[in-house]
Amino acid sequence: MNLSIATDLFPLLAGILAALVCGLLGNFLVLRKLSLMGDAISHSVLPGLVIAFLLTASRNPLPMFIGATIAGVATALLTEAIKRFGKVDPGASMGVVFSILFALGVLLIEQAAARQIDLDADCVLHGQLETLVWYAAPDSINALFSTETLRDVPRQITTLSIALAAALAAILLLFKELRLAAFDPALATALGFNATALHYLLMILVAAATVASFEAVGSILVIAMLVCPAATARLLTDRLPAQLWVSAAAAVAAATLGYLASIAIPAALDKPAVNAAGSMTLAAGAILTAAILISPTHGVLARAIRRQRLARTVAKEDLLATLYRAQENGQHEVTTTLLKAVTGRSLAATIQDAQRQNLLTIHKGNAALTPQGTHAARQLVRKHRLWEHYLVGKAGIAPDHVHDTAERLEHTNIEPATAQSPATDPHGRHIPPPA
Amino acid sequence: MNPSNATPENNATSLADVSTAWPSLEDTLRVLTLRAGFNTNTVVAGATLLGLAAGVVGVFALLRKRSLVTDALSHATLPGIALAFLAATALGYTGRSLPVLLTGAAVTGVAAIACIQLILKHTRLREDAAIGIVLSVSFGAGVVGLSYIQSNAAANAAGLSKFIYGQTAAMSVADATFMGVIAAAAIAAALLLHKEFALVCFNDAFAKVGGWPVAAIDLAMMTLVVLVTVAGLQAVGLILVVALLIIPAVAARFWTQRLSRLLVLAGALGALSGYLGATASALLPRQPAGAVIVLTAGTIFTISMLFAPRRGVIANTARHARLRLRIAGEHLLEAAHDHARDHPHTPHLDRATRYSIARQRGWHPAALAAITALLVARKRLATTRRGLTLTPRGAADGARVRRNHDLWTAYLIKHADVAPNHVDWSVDQVEHVLSTELIAQLEDELQTQPQTETRART
Repeated sequence: MNLSIATDLFPLLAGILAALVCGLLGNFLVLRKLSLMGDAISHSVLPGLVIAFLLTASRNPLPMFIGATIAGVATALLTEAIKRFGKVDPGASMGVVFSILFALGVLLIEQAAARQIDLDADCVLHGQLETLVWYAAPDSINALFSTETLRDVPRQITTLSIALAAALAAILLLFKELRLAAFDPALATALGFNATALHYLLMILVAAATVASFEAVGSILVIAMLVCPAATARLLTDRLPAQLWVSAAAAVAAATLGYLASIAIPAALDKPAVNAAGSMTLAAGAILTAAILISPTHGVLARAIRRQRLARTVAKEDLLATLYRAQENGQHEVTTTLLKAVTGRSLAATIQDAQRQNLLTIHKGNAALTPQGTHAARQLVRKHRLWEHYLVGKAGIAPDHVHDTAERLEHTNIEPATAQSPATDPHGRHIPPPA
Repeated sequence: MNPSNATPENNATSLADVSTAWPSLEDTLRVLTLRAGFNTNTVVAGATLLGLAAGVVGVFALLRKRSLVTDALSHATLPGIALAFLAATALGYTGRSLPVLLTGAAVTGVAAIACIQLILKHTRLREDAAIGIVLSVSFGAGVVGLSYIQSNAAANAAGLSKFIYGQTAAMSVADATFMGVIAAAAIAAALLLHKEFALVCFNDAFAKVGGWPVAAIDLAMMTLVVLVTVAGLQAVGLILVVALLIIPAVAARFWTQRLSRLLVLAGALGALSGYLGATASALLPRQPAGAVIVLTAGTIFTISMLFAPRRGVIANTARHARLRLRIAGEHLLEAAHDHARDHPHTPHLDRATRYSIARQRGWHPAALAAITALLVARKRLATTRRGLTLTPRGAADGARVRRNHDLWTAYLIKHADVAPNHVDWSVDQVEHVLSTELIAQLEDELQTQPQTETRART
């Protein structure tokens, strides 16, 4: 794979900048359950763009930027209005607004095309990353670091840099307020921050980021970057500052990997490169999938392992408690066939676990507790019966209804608070003394 | 944006220059009555049937709060189309075959719904994020697939991207027949499974407890949504088919509260949008039919939202205003009653008293004037030289409101354990809506003389 400054520097840079600005703002959308507002806004800026273009009859970016931002904020306002005044489901009201505005945009584009004005709806969707070729590119990397190169930077990259600076400034200056509004808008309002104003500031920033991004990368990447990096970060951390850093890293990684993959993978198959923005979207999806699977705290695998461990502990403890109760009845050995009825889990594995920890011994198909096992089982049965005592005495539950609850609570670390150690449980059984 | 190749003269045009040759009434009638030639008839009929099917099916999506799931579904059809094209070409068939492409679209569409459910079940992400993730990533996959096909496929692959925006004008008889079949299936399912769909839409937990196969019923509903989406891809494109699924259903919801009527109405509004939109696009040059159909639906939605008699915004606002006015009037009568009781020698409300009441209630002087005028017109207050006095009917009303207030206050203090200095505000809201039965019951239960409470207040 050969990368050259002329063909690859600016597209990659534009992709990274767009991913960063959208990825950072996306955190606040995802937390406020507004992820789809990015989707809606990126569809509905289309008529704003076209109207500004038709009115000014030029590709001057400023009017188009203003038109699109107005359309974006109008989407947020109209969605809110339809939701509140029409009492329509929030998802449906968003769908109504953006699809109507998008249809209006498509219609206006046709009108523009009637007069040989070339506005292409396709490039709004997919972007035009590949056209950011730097014809006068220097040959060596060292030549990049001179003021000369600044003049050659294309408009898209300048626009994106400004949008990124604005987003960063807003996040840094209003971090406390945005955080409060993201988690508890009612509290924010009660404390005197205007949560509604913050909401619309966020909408303006999202609209601006959308408009700045999609001339270079297309709205599809905008939608993906507003959701995927933030969702990735949300699965990896529980703290907002960390989430912002992780989402920024995920966004940059998605843009870089996606861009490289769009060239490298087809090249390996001897084909021309595929659409870079689409490929970046897929990379963002792949990173998110990885986070869903292997996040140490919230990942599917980690949670499956935690559940598995808990199930093993519970099965082992149930086994010990059963043997202890048999001991209380004078039966010091229990046949493994009888035990099978008690533990839901595969018995052989559970017994092996317990044997390895030196909690029980097996002799000719009969299981018996070791002294160590007796000690552990006594504590379990004590907790069980204390809970039964507590549930009947303090929570007012009938004695024949407490067993199942106590059966679950005995596996926790919590022992109920009792004034003086009771000697027997509600069923009249002895409560073993503490260790 | 593509670099503009337009000349400066062309660029100098502006919106004001848009001049469309309006069709004659004769032409309009010809298209509307399906006498405008075979091709136009096919398009109009196909769009109408699609609108009908989408309207009916959209109701279930709306009631299940899945409106935006359909958005993810429709975006996810694009990779299916690309994959189906590649697979068919690789196997040596022509990749452009419509059934093949639509099958691919349906498969990835269903997979997208499954992905959303999986993300919701196994991660802490919420529904909005799940929809956004699936929508954008699958559409990105579709874009990559299309760009691969465009630069690699030897066969003529042009036209795959028409599924994004649709091509109503190119609708064939087979397409229109397909729409007809989908519409028939949607209506048949809505009729046959009406009870099951209603149950799952309104109370799925109850349906589950009742032993209904909720998952299967849900699947049947989503299958209908997938069918309509796939059918609409060709005609209006994957972005705007969502509009046909959402908008007629939401618009119909303003007019009725009954599911059966909602289904009929949503189907009718969808069909009307398709019919009028396709007609307009056939008559006017350069009007893409998909967009015109959606904008027609949007117009119907706007009219419904504003003017629907019970749930419309105007009716709602008027009802709200009437209630507020009535409550304000009752507060003024109550205040007048209290004033007359406390000042038996000067029972009339002079200007200063009226303004002090308005200040307490937070009324603007204009609002006070309006309320006073209304009460005078209703003969509850009468104008005298020294100010406003209560007419006998006004006095009775004022006394009634005061009595309700005191009864409810006494009830709250005695039975609801509310602190005496905390009850007044909430009572102010409730005193207007106590029914006669409730008042009788309160009097019965309290066995008190409300006057004692009144005296304590003065």
